[in-house]
Amino acid sequence: MPRFSLRGIAVLYLLAVLLGPLAMVFYRAFERGAHPLWTSLTDPNTIHAFKLTLEITAIAVPINTVFGIVCALAIVRRRFPGAGIVNAIVDLPLALSPVVVGLMLFLLYGRTGWFGSFFQDHGIQILFATPAMVIATIFVSLPFVAREVVPTLRELGDEQEQAAHTLGASGWQTFWRVTLPSIRWAVVYGVVLTTARCLGEYGAVAVVSGHIEGKTETATLRVQDYYENFNQSGSYGIAIVLAAISVIVLLAMTLLRPKEGS
Amino acid sequence: MPMNKARKLTLLAAGVAALATAAAATAGPNLSLVAYSTPKTVLAKIILAWQQTPDGKDVSFNQSYGASTDQARAVGQGLKADVVFLSTGDDVNLLVDDGLVDSKWNRQSYDGIAADTVVVFAVRNGNPKHIKGWADLVKPGVQVVTPNPFSSGSAKWNVLAAYGAERRLGKTDKQATAYVQKLFTHVVSQDTSGRNATNTFLSGKGDVLITYESEAFASRQAGQDIQYVIPRQSMLIELPIAVLKSSANKDVANRFVRFVKSDTAQDLFGRYGFRPVSKKIAAKYADKFPSRPGIFKVDDKIIGGWRNADKVWFDPNKGRMVKIEQAVGGPSSG
Amino acid sequence: MTTFLSVVVLLPIAALVWTSGKHGRHEFWAVVSAPEAVAALKLTLGAAVIVSALNAVLGTVTAWVLVRDDFAGKSLMNAVIDLPFALPTIVGGLTLLALYGPSSPLGVDIAFTRTAIVLALMFETLPFVVRTVQPVLLELDLESEEAARSLGAGEARVVRSIVLPNILPGILSGVALAFARAVGEIGSIVLISGNVPFKTEVAAVFVFNHIQSGDQNGASAVAVVMLLISFLLLLVIGGLRYLTTRHERHA
Repeated sequence: MPRFSLRGIAVLYLLAVLLGPLAMVFYRAFERGAHPLWTSLTDPNTIHAFKLTLEITAIAVPINTVFGIVCALAIVRRRFPGAGIVNAIVDLPLALSPVVVGLMLFLLYGRTGWFGSFFQDHGIQILFATPAMVIATIFVSLPFVAREVVPTLRELGDEQEQAAHTLGASGWQTFWRVTLPSIRWAVVYGVVLTTARCLGEYGAVAVVSGHIEGKTETATLRVQDYYENFNQSGSYGIAIVLAAISVIVLLAMTLLRPKEGS
Repeated sequence: MPMNKARKLTLLAAGVAALATAAAATAGPNLSLVAYSTPKTVLAKIILAWQQTPDGKDVSFNQSYGASTDQARAVGQGLKADVVFLSTGDDVNLLVDDGLVDSKWNRQSYDGIAADTVVVFAVRNGNPKHIKGWADLVKPGVQVVTPNPFSSGSAKWNVLAAYGAERRLGKTDKQATAYVQKLFTHVVSQDTSGRNATNTFLSGKGDVLITYESEAFASRQAGQDIQYVIPRQSMLIELPIAVLKSSANKDVANRFVRFVKSDTAQDLFGRYGFRPVSKKIAAKYADKFPSRPGIFKVDDKIIGGWRNADKVWFDPNKGRMVKIEQAVGGPSSG
Repeated sequence: MTTFLSVVVLLPIAALVWTSGKHGRHEFWAVVSAPEAVAALKLTLGAAVIVSALNAVLGTVTAWVLVRDDFAGKSLMNAVIDLPFALPTIVGGLTLLALYGPSSPLGVDIAFTRTAIVLALMFETLPFVVRTVQPVLLELDLESEEAARSLGAGEARVVRSIVLPNILPGILSGVALAFARAVGEIGSIVLISGNVPFKTEVAAVFVFNHIQSGDQNGASAVAVVMLLISFLLLLVIGGLRYLTTRHERHA
């Protein structure tokens, strides 16, 4: 009896909170017909929004991947004082509200901010333009690669690297031929998580974007735009495109998830 | 390895910069239009019409819509703008004080106003609570939706309209202010912008939404199930348009503003629920926009103009709305 | 690496802390204890506590079912758990609106209520406890449980005195992660809660609104409180991680 009812609770929980609502999204997207859905999705400003989301992701993911690997190596291999603090700093974006991230960028790059006048005098637009959105996205998606690589590196131990070193390999050769191949699945998994985070970012970019249609609206901001302008087909339409991408990401996560406890 | 990384990052940054400049180097000038939350539909039509004229050919637009006061502050913080179309002169004055708009902006044609509308009550179809005038809003059990006066232009109009209506009926300054406070005890939602308030009302909250006639009109045009009532005592909402001093395309921007006040654009305003400032075009739409004997303006003696109204009502520290909000437990800032 | 970290993470934090303390301790306190700020923080923390408690129970049950039970569709269920990680938060809010908002086929409408906030947070924090408890359950040595059962202990006793103590650190880390996420959440809440000050305005929305209206002091003050909460939770998570890997390090 306990087994069956526990299963029932879990299934009901997931249906009510996850799957039921998701099914409704598809219904709502098509509720007013396929034509308004198509018109909204092919609107030039919407297409630009998808492009902008992809552009920002294409910049943030490689940067955070490189940084994540370097950081993980430093945390695990170099016993330096403050390694724990570095670990905490890298983890911080996971625990911090994206709106606070947006505020911090305002305080740095706004007209009355620390560097505001500097950038303004040189005619460089940070806030209300793509640069601020890229910086915000880099911040919020920072931890993932590092967090996945650190435990793997710890488990691996550095005997192989030491062996390569005694055989005369340079630091770079050791990294490229020994370390990187052994952490590659952790890196890939981390990249998948980072990409998902970048594609889905809302709070921080909402603060700094200025909501300029066709210029600083990402796909997530466009969802809100359509919703607030009574365009149900448009907002749910973008939602199902993003949901479809999420499902692909989910598949990748499921297939690549590090096998725990094996 | 640090060398490689640095080089990679520099290349990346250069790539981004190249992308950005390539995007900017399109043919023809570009105008950045920053507007309040509700006029997107009509502005899209006006821009399209202008782009068919020799003046507007090849001009591309960047548009941003949001709560009027929030938008003014964003422009103050660096949001790029050539033309602002806000919902209160008060918000344009914010930009004047920031040094971004000429202080003589309201000496332009039509006092710097692009279109008018009036304060109305949007109610559920059939008007089940029989809301006709300001006194009905404070009857027991009536729930009111109006935006936050510290972020929304629409909210400011609503506050002044409520106050002015009472003054027009012979109440003293103190009594009229007490009415505004009583009204706010009936407010169940204070969204940041007029459009957000409309959405809140349309999703079922509240019995009456105090909003622009143009917004109630737009909702009906979008198929929403509401009707609206123009109270006998109402306020004329004058929607200002101004060019920024820092605009790199001032001539083009000025030409656009002139077009907005031309017959073609004024006619579009009329068609989309706004009251044209041009008397000629307004006459054409007289049936659609009934007048009311009790319509008053912000420059009338009882209100005393935007500078005065801002000091008395909307000052973030000493304004009457701060005291009222605190008394009823509402927001004390945007 | 240190330059990158400093520029990207430390510098913005410094700007925030400096701005909030710019006008002195008393001004900071006055802003943070303003009625609207207090209401937003109270609502946020209250909702986070409720959601964390619900997650502790439902997440553990789900992890248990995924590890100890077997049925058709289990692997699908396992994969689906991560959906809130992969889905944009604003889409999360929209999905809940679709089923539980206005014109819902179920006849409910929780839009603009505090229930909506709890529901949105449940959606976003769903994976945390499940994913922290699952690996621990997988690793559990079944022998002690079998031994206890053969000595006559009832199922409930076995769970209580053998399983629970072992998975507790897992539950707690999941709860800490869920709590941190709940405190900072905005995307899923912004469309569904109505953001009514004093009623359904959470701390993140408070900060957002005050940034828009130019009140950087008010926004910074509440943001610093949120930052402190995040730091504390990170310490808790880190501490739990240290405790649970301690035996591995000394092995």
